[in-house]
Amino acid sequence: MLKFVLLVNKQGQTRLSQYYEYVPVEERVTTEADIVRKCLSRNEESCSFMEYKNFKVVFRRYASLYFIVGVDNSENELSILEFIHNIVETFDRYFESVCELDIMFNIDRAHMMLDEMIVNGNIVETNKSRVLAPIAVLDKSNR
Amino acid sequence: MAKLLYIHMLGYPAHFGQMETLKLIASPRFSDKRLGYLGAMMLLDERQDIHILITNCMKNDMHHQVQYVVGLALCALGSICSEEMSRDLSGEVEKLLKSSNPYIVRKAALCAARIVRKVPDLMEVFVPTTRQLLSEKNHAVLLTGICLVTEMCTVNPDSLQHFRRFLPNLVRMLKNLIMAGYSPEHDVHGISDPFLQVRVLRLMRMLGKGDEDTSEMMNDILAQVATNTDSSKNVGHSILYETVLTIMDIQSESGLRVLAVNILGRFLSNSDRNVRYVALNTLLRTVSVDYNAVQRHRSTILDCLKESDVSIRRRALELSFALVNKNNIRTIMKEVLAFLDVAEPEFKSFIATNSLVAAEKHSPNKRWHIDTVLTVLIKAGSYMQEELVFTIIAMLSQTDQLHGYHTQRLYVALTNDISQQPLVQVAIWAVGEYGDLLVTGQVENEIGGGEEEEEEEEGRREVVQVTEDEVLDVLERVLQSPQSSPATRQYTLNSVMKLSSRFSTSLPRIKAMVSSYGNNMDMELQQRAVEYCAIFSKHDNMRKVA
Repeated sequence: MLKFVLLVNKQGQTRLSQYYEYVPVEERVTTEADIVRKCLSRNEESCSFMEYKNFKVVFRRYASLYFIVGVDNSENELSILEFIHNIVETFDRYFESVCELDIMFNIDRAHMMLDEMIVNGNIVETNKSRVLAPIAVLDKSNR
Repeated sequence: MAKLLYIHMLGYPAHFGQMETLKLIASPRFSDKRLGYLGAMMLLDERQDIHILITNCMKNDMHHQVQYVVGLALCALGSICSEEMSRDLSGEVEKLLKSSNPYIVRKAALCAARIVRKVPDLMEVFVPTTRQLLSEKNHAVLLTGICLVTEMCTVNPDSLQHFRRFLPNLVRMLKNLIMAGYSPEHDVHGISDPFLQVRVLRLMRMLGKGDEDTSEMMNDILAQVATNTDSSKNVGHSILYETVLTIMDIQSESGLRVLAVNILGRFLSNSDRNVRYVALNTLLRTVSVDYNAVQRHRSTILDCLKESDVSIRRRALELSFALVNKNNIRTIMKEVLAFLDVAEPEFKSFIATNSLVAAEKHSPNKRWHIDTVLTVLIKAGSYMQEELVFTIIAMLSQTDQLHGYHTQRLYVALTNDISQQPLVQVAIWAVGEYGDLLVTGQVENEIGGGEEEEEEEEGRREVVQVTEDEVLDVLERVLQSPQSSPATRQYTLNSVMKLSSRFSTSLPRIKAMVSSYGNNMDMELQQRAVEYCAIFSKHDNMRKVA
């Protein structure tokens, strides 16, 4: 089960955060800062997984953004790594060559896409076209 | 509204937005509704009372024409529902589970999963529908259906029995996935829908645990998955990893287990760091099950100790300690001690404790044992725990033949460095007990301990000749050094006292040293010093006996 998804830039600012179980606000900020610090200190060669308190953290760096996913101990880390890549490809398809600014200015869309893919900490949809369909409807109705 | 969410994400309180979200949800426009639900999912949670107000809105939305709206409601319900809400809305969810629209069914299934986790009693409501879910063609529905079943099994172990009947379906599903041709929707780097494969494997692991028959049925398909999956990319690796985990947990036949360990061995030599980490982790779990197979990979594991990545090193270390036995302890300890020099502080205490335990259980002879213990002490002295000092002392006192030898070594170490407290304590104790051996330069060899390696080491270490004065010098230095803890000083005072009966020529000096502590600030030291002085003055005649 996924506990949270975070997108953090190289300076350590959180660009997107989605939690799948209840954590109080102050605790969120401290945990995020701690995890981000550990991720940023890793260089190219080190492992993409680490253990933090009682759960595992999987992360990957794409240009200036760090995608961090926290999972519990029963989850397969390699498949979560694949899932992170899937998320990035979905964002890419929607935003057309996504960059950090895209996510900052369209954070609601980014959240919606994530919500289509993960519900309550479980992966529900990995097919990009199906994930983007409701968002397309939304965009059409807005125009 | 979107900006409010951003603020909330950064950690500032955003409670005033909650009423706004409610208003948005109730509005008929789709985009408003969307934003409202998004806000609800992020800002509200089950601890607040406001979410109960949404219940009515959600109920209406679930009967809406447009499938996306229904999907929205289900999504939100899935993320934040509480006990009361689940009871209210479970009937609706069940109806939606039976609908023909896959988009809705998938969300409903996950909603059901959450409800099952929250309120286990409601599980019976959903059980009949799961069978239909599992025979669907649509992958997403399958994924969520399996999720639901997994959830049910976790919550209620009795349902495992019920779901074991579905195993043939699962096996067939997996077979289709592997055999089927290229399907562009679900393809990731040439493997069709890896996420589904991983989920199915995990469910099979849960069903097969502890049950012979189901495990037997799975053997074939597991072997097939293991051999057919293309492992040049990470995707293949993740599937193989899940397969290995499954094989380990169920009662599989030995051939299959060997296959699994071989896969792990291949992972270990893979160039990708992540894969190696995962392999080390899994090997740690399998070591208790299948010891010999892991031994074959011992040299690779020891190589991993020299990796630059911290997590890999820690795993390799734990694994090496688990693998230790009589035959390989020398090689392993050599590597571990070399690693001790470069390890970080938090590793050092871990290594120290474990090396001592390992050495105690498996050392080939006494002399090697003491050698190792002393090396550990010298290198990692300040990171060891207090109790270990006592264990070491007890052990040293039991090995009669080697008293002279180890006292020599400890004395040399002491003269080099008096800052590591445990080392100093052990050394001082040894000097106190066996100081006479030190002075006479007697180093006895262990009977029958002559192997080539040991003879080499012996040749290198010369016997050190010390005088009583030199010994007392060192002890005095320790007593006066600001780095010594109170416990160390007590040890030293005791040793000086013991030496008074063993050394023949330095009696006046010893008396002077002891009496100088009669006025010390520390209660313990003062008391001991005074008592010892009393013994000196009144019972000198007993000296020859003591």
